[in-house]
Amino acid sequence: MKKLLSFKNVIISIGILIGLWQILFIVSDFDSVLFPSPLQAFNALIEMCNDGTLLNNIGTSMYRFGVGYVSSVVIAIVLGLILGRIPSVFKYINPMVQLLRPISPTAWMPFIVLLFGIGDIPAIVIIFIAAFFPVLLSTVGAVGNIDPIYYKVSKNFGIKQPYLMWKVIFPAAFPQIANGIHLALGTAWIFLVAGEMVGAQSGLGYQIIDARNNIRADVLLATILVIGLIGLLLDTLLKSIEKQILKLWGGA
Amino acid sequence: MQIVIKDASKTFIQNGKEFTALDKVNLEIEKGEFICLLGPSGCGKSTLLNAIAGFDLVNHGSIKIDDVEVTRPTDKNVTIFQNYGLLPWRTVEKNVQLGLESKKLSKEERKEISDKYIELVGLDKFKKSHPRQLSGGMQQRVAIARALVVDPDILFMDEPFGALDAITRMKLQDDILDICRKENKTIIFVTHDIEEAVYLADRIVVMTPNPGKVKSVVKVPLHHFRDRTSGNFLQVRDKIFELFNLKSDTYIEYNI
Repeated sequence: MKKLLSFKNVIISIGILIGLWQILFIVSDFDSVLFPSPLQAFNALIEMCNDGTLLNNIGTSMYRFGVGYVSSVVIAIVLGLILGRIPSVFKYINPMVQLLRPISPTAWMPFIVLLFGIGDIPAIVIIFIAAFFPVLLSTVGAVGNIDPIYYKVSKNFGIKQPYLMWKVIFPAAFPQIANGIHLALGTAWIFLVAGEMVGAQSGLGYQIIDARNNIRADVLLATILVIGLIGLLLDTLLKSIEKQILKLWGGA
Repeated sequence: MQIVIKDASKTFIQNGKEFTALDKVNLEIEKGEFICLLGPSGCGKSTLLNAIAGFDLVNHGSIKIDDVEVTRPTDKNVTIFQNYGLLPWRTVEKNVQLGLESKKLSKEERKEISDKYIELVGLDKFKKSHPRQLSGGMQQRVAIARALVVDPDILFMDEPFGALDAITRMKLQDDILDICRKENKTIIFVTHDIEEAVYLADRIVVMTPNPGKVKSVVKVPLHHFRDRTSGNFLQVRDKIFELFNLKSDTYIEYNI
């Protein structure tokens, strides 16, 4: 019931958005080629679906996103767990992280394209960078916040590494790590588009550039909507996975 | 003697000043004894417990268990904490099995042992529950079962019932006495509750703060199954009250 209700809310909310768009379309003086109506964008969407370009580009983008995001999350968690346990090392790593973190991943783009050329890799690297720091820092923080009683209990029962890491530290830190993973998902999805706009000849980001070059604002807006929709779906999916896992932690 | 403590002292440096948490404690504890360390906060009772359990060693003197100097915690002596220390992502059953996982046992053997102790603490119906679904008293029972599965010689209990309501606490006190008799464990129990100490202990180690030291050791000449309202019980309690200067010496009547 609650789920149904929230689904209803989503529909109404998106309805309002499209309504606003329609009103803007009616009152604005722009040529409809440059500022298309929702219906024109919808037709462009149907056209892209029919000729297969949309599905193709979604596939390409999702592949890059999957590779970049998953590898980034895994590496960041492993590094974070280790660094979280050795603060004496992390105190030398941390300034480095704080220096690199505020740099927008897109700033690396020209450099990455120079090194690897145009294709999958620049987009993957951008997503990797975008997801890496939030997950790394939340993992290190999570390990630091573990209740010392867990270590006492482990010591008492003779639980040593690597079991200590796997049986105690990782699960104890997990709820806070999950926060970082969730945060990183949104950021990474945002930078996927940026990455593909500069460093690729395919994918949803490239489709936007391509639409601009062909002066197809309807295709452009349709693509933007698709990007938003996929972002929303990914977020919902991760939220429900997170909820399932946290249930195992005995919360709720 | 199972535990021999000789001139055990513990000092910290705090804000550049030396602070004595524990001052020359001497104590001998026999196997199977129920010892309560009793005193107000800051008297070093938890410090002493942590030192015997091997978590935080003393820096002068010596503490020996079965003639071996204590240097680190082992699963021959398990500690039970006030806030239980259960792993919230594990079920009751998995929590109880924690200490068995580093031993070479088959899954069935582990289950058999954990079942036995979960039944002993009366939680058979909650085997698959997670700690957060249980009340505080039940969580502490899980911790007790988890401690018992590794068959320790000594149980250290650091204000284990401090976070529980009075009625649950009394129930658990009875349970721990029961378990103590059935399993014949040595128990060292930290508390600041005088009645609790009188109810449970064979001997009460009365400690005072600044610096933390043993003021006296009171033998409780009562049998198990104590009556909290009997004359003998009150007499022992009185004696402890005196030691803490909690009894007014003379009764003064004011007439105006």
